[in-house]
Amino acid sequence: MEIRQPLPAVISLLHRVSGALLFFPGIPLLLCSLDMILDSPQGYAQFQSLLTNPLLKGVLILSLWFFLHHFWAGIRFLALDLHYGDTLEQARFSSKMVLAAGIILTLLIAVLMW
Amino acid sequence: MKRIVTGAHYGLRDWLAQRITAVVMAIFILLLAAILLISPPQDYASWKAIFSDRWMRIASFLFLVSLFWHAWIGMRNILMDYVHATGIRLTLQILVILLLLFYAIWSVEILWAVELAWR
Repeated sequence: MEIRQPLPAVISLLHRVSGALLFFPGIPLLLCSLDMILDSPQGYAQFQSLLTNPLLKGVLILSLWFFLHHFWAGIRFLALDLHYGDTLEQARFSSKMVLAAGIILTLLIAVLMW
Repeated sequence: MKRIVTGAHYGLRDWLAQRITAVVMAIFILLLAAILLISPPQDYASWKAIFSDRWMRIASFLFLVSLFWHAWIGMRNILMDYVHATGIRLTLQILVILLLLFYAIWSVEILWAVELAWR
């Protein structure tokens, strides 16, 4: 049996999944990067050379999507708390916007980075 | 009928903290994005210059503390929803707290080592 979830439910679940992934490995990756960038010119160069690795670049872009999705979905939930856009139609529309904004911004930054 | 409320009393406080920390982080992220867009740092010196500003370090630390607090509430909610064995859940919650404390100390080291190197 297949259960089809409405889009707002998918957005909500993705918010939770992305949140867990931002906790781990997101936070340690962020701190490691900041540590390398600010430590010394050698550390900075090492960070840059790590980023030429396509696998690590992929990890970074995926993390970026988790972050951006979590960011936009979080702002949507804050708006819903204040009763902005909590009719069914608006909620469906804003969940589409959240999903699109996360993916489009991620792709845009990925293209700029590559 | 008199209703007796039992259980956790931290619900509302955490609900509010989750949202306040979210707003603090969002403001910092927009600020940082603006800084990075206006003059994108190209090398080590320009990154270091950004974080050599005392207010930038304080703002970054405020962001990171909000992040760790936010992560704690979120992780605890997830663990409460999916891990029903009390012993395992408590162990995992303690691990999350220890990890976040470790991150907090590491953050201080990262941010204030810049100042020591700068002088």
